[in-house]
Amino acid sequence: MTLLHVAILSPFIIAILVPFLHNYFQKIHTGWFILPLPILLFVYFLSLISSTMNGETIRNTASWIPSLGINFTAYIDGLGLLFALLITGIGALVILYSIYYLSKVKEQLNTFYVYLLLFMGAMLGVVLSDNLIVLYTFWELTSLSSFLLIGYWYEREKSRYGAQKSMMITIFGGLLMLGGFIMLYMMTNTFSIREIIEQVPTIAQHHLFIPALILILFGAFTKSAQFPFYIWLPDAMEAPTPVSAYLHSATMVKAGIYLVARFSPVFAGTPEWFWIVSAFGIFTMFWGSFNAIKQTDLKGILAFSTVSQLGMIMSMLGVGSAAIALDSIDDSYYTVAILAAMFHLMNHATFKGSLFMIVGIIDHETGTRDIRKLGGLMGLMPITFTISIIGAFSMAGLPPFNGFLSKEMFFSSMIRIVELNIFNLESLGLLFPIVAWVGSIFTFIYSMVLVFKTFTGKYQPEKLEKKPHEAPIGMLISPIILASLVIVFFFFPNLLAYTIIEPAMASIIPAVLGDGEHFHVHISPWHGFTLELYMTIGVVALGILGYFTLRKWSGIYRFIPERLTINKGYDAALYSLDKSSFHLTRFYMTGSIRNYLLYIFTFFIVILGTSLAVKGGFSFSLEGNASVGIYEVILAGVILIGTITSLFAKSRLTSIIALGSVGYTVSLFFVLFRAPDLALTQLSVETVSVALFLLCFYHLPEFKKPEKKLNFNWPNFIISLGVGTIVSLLALSANSQRVSETISTYFIENSYKLAGGKNMVNVILVDFRGFDTLFEITVLGIASLGIFGMIRLQVRKEEER
Amino acid sequence: MKTNDLILQTATKVVVFIIILFSWHLFFSGHYTPGGGFIGGLLTSGAIVLLLLAFDLKTVLAFLPIDYIKMTATGLLIALLTGVGSFFFDAPFLTHTFSYVDLPILGTTSLATAVLFDLGVYLVVIGVTMTIIQTIGETE
Repeated sequence: MTLLHVAILSPFIIAILVPFLHNYFQKIHTGWFILPLPILLFVYFLSLISSTMNGETIRNTASWIPSLGINFTAYIDGLGLLFALLITGIGALVILYSIYYLSKVKEQLNTFYVYLLLFMGAMLGVVLSDNLIVLYTFWELTSLSSFLLIGYWYEREKSRYGAQKSMMITIFGGLLMLGGFIMLYMMTNTFSIREIIEQVPTIAQHHLFIPALILILFGAFTKSAQFPFYIWLPDAMEAPTPVSAYLHSATMVKAGIYLVARFSPVFAGTPEWFWIVSAFGIFTMFWGSFNAIKQTDLKGILAFSTVSQLGMIMSMLGVGSAAIALDSIDDSYYTVAILAAMFHLMNHATFKGSLFMIVGIIDHETGTRDIRKLGGLMGLMPITFTISIIGAFSMAGLPPFNGFLSKEMFFSSMIRIVELNIFNLESLGLLFPIVAWVGSIFTFIYSMVLVFKTFTGKYQPEKLEKKPHEAPIGMLISPIILASLVIVFFFFPNLLAYTIIEPAMASIIPAVLGDGEHFHVHISPWHGFTLELYMTIGVVALGILGYFTLRKWSGIYRFIPERLTINKGYDAALYSLDKSSFHLTRFYMTGSIRNYLLYIFTFFIVILGTSLAVKGGFSFSLEGNASVGIYEVILAGVILIGTITSLFAKSRLTSIIALGSVGYTVSLFFVLFRAPDLALTQLSVETVSVALFLLCFYHLPEFKKPEKKLNFNWPNFIISLGVGTIVSLLALSANSQRVSETISTYFIENSYKLAGGKNMVNVILVDFRGFDTLFEITVLGIASLGIFGMIRLQVRKEEER
Repeated sequence: MKTNDLILQTATKVVVFIIILFSWHLFFSGHYTPGGGFIGGLLTSGAIVLLLLAFDLKTVLAFLPIDYIKMTATGLLIALLTGVGSFFFDAPFLTHTFSYVDLPILGTTSLATAVLFDLGVYLVVIGVTMTIIQTIGETE
């Protein structure tokens, strides 16, 4: 355990203390106790920047299950540190915000902060683990804590629905991802990502390579809400707003991005990776922005906007993977995509975090998030308005905000893709910039909707639950910090570029770097009159047009029938799974013992019959058999008659007596085959059991007594015939294929010598194998106690009645 | 209706002893000739069942005041203890031994610890059979 491990695990440790702090210091908002932790962690991770800037990495291992190669290896490189800074930085701001957002009196703060800390620790574990299994463990912990946080107001139906949905989808992806991890382990024999990357040249041709790639991408796409798995994210907006701001915009949904970036050195360079990541990403970008306009809930808009922006980052990671295929640093065109992805990741965290907090403030101050009820809040909430302008304009990609820079880089990486002539890009590649551009127009429109429908227009106080006024300063601190970062990053983007983004790029596409080489990126706000700039101008022009004519063209959303949405598909799938498994179970679990016996016996016949046939097990030889005497034939005849009588007898009494005759004949057989002990026992036991049968017969209820013959039923007949045949065949072939001598000679020789007895059966029972007898008498004892208990308890119940 | 079952009862009084003696014979000779704890126990309980048939439950209980569940437990305990006993001689569980001993009246007799185990079986079988029959007999 090193300081790094302690840092990763510290949220879990503090989480244990939260309930105590909450109970002992009820006057102080619990959040204040939590706040120092992310700040400390943030400072700690900042202090590590200097080493990652020089291309160093930190790797510390703590043993967990060393025998299986599963160790808690904390690993810090540029990529991990970028995420760790995001998690702790945004985490601190979100906790500060939540202190003012959540009421000390009304809410269960202890559970909230426990979940939040669980999440923070899990997230840190995901991004700083080198071991796949540890990564997976933390990954599922994020799903779990996110589930708890979405369902925080568990008394609401929609919260529970959203929590369940996100759980189902992210765990589904997580499990598939685990499959991918195991495949990686099968290929490389190690769980360490570092060591896997070293083995990439040898495993690229392995037949499990592509399945592992696809399975891991399933994990990334479900977590990062890519098409078609984005559907859980809008429903996750039922969570408290700090949670939405933290989990569903800045951190958790970027775990998938992290995964794609982390595994880029392994999988990037293959056409499958390129196409899946960038095509799904770019389509998600378009689809999310297209659907965001339809929303009337502010958080709904932001949810779809998050989906869209995540798609954008994902597509840039996919496009950037082309850089590896080209395999040289001179093609810096494509490394730009990775740069843009990382830069936009930071930018998105800043502006989306602030926007969520703003929406939370609006909700808090007006009592609604519905844009149809809101309007004209500009004068009432000037600070909120300013921040939302900054956030939304940055989201739309306007200068002087950081979103502009990343959007320009996004465009340039999309344009350059057309020039590539690998992976069939010369023909299909043109789609990328077009879809990106159209998606950006929609992005612009919903960003404008978000600001102007809320803050301008007609003020409708009669529709609001509260009288709106500016939020308290404590609530505004976090969004103000984030919004100022939005501007700072625009004017000084290279602050980030040199310190954080260059090392992160180095860990995503190490292959294009030679020994000791560094990425040299320089982000400048102004890059001349390029195609990208004209595209942005086009976006703004068409976006403004689209915004003002929104009412006229919003009819197109009605072309998509409600029933064909993915959400409906998800619901229908869940419903039909539920229904069909219910029907299936009801179909075969009839509750009738007859049916179950049919299944058991059919299975018996099929399994034994097939294995007998397939393995050629059947053989029949008369060699070594004793000769058949007249007595055996007569007794066999008697038994046959008894059996047939008991089957076809009209009266039950006849059946019982026929059964008794069979039992006594068996004891005669024992006599004939020289087993006097068995004969004696069989005689007395048969007597007792016939007496018990008669007892049961006597106590049959009167009204059900009409005695009739056994109903004949073909399936039963066939199955019983089958069982009989199979057992006979088995017995015959087992008898014909003895593989070894019996051990009975040993008993014959030694029963008097060793045990001092001449009755071999009894000697075996009490001496050689007394252990069996001990438990057989125990069985008898249990049976008698069972009968005693059953009858006595019943008697007592009747008395009580 | 009062039935006269004098013959049955008188015959029973004689026959029961014969059956019990026979069952003991089967029990004790089990190590050398057919018989043993199981069949011996069954026959002894058969004798008691005969008593139950000739008399009634209360009468039989009056002169055989035995709790058959405790009898089962005792039998199990004896069987178990014969097994445990072998531990004292540093032998595996349920190791039996035998030796020839000069007894005052019977002369040289082989005595085996296996008979103790068989005694356990004997008691359990009586206990079990009688518990079942009594329990069922008591219910109306």
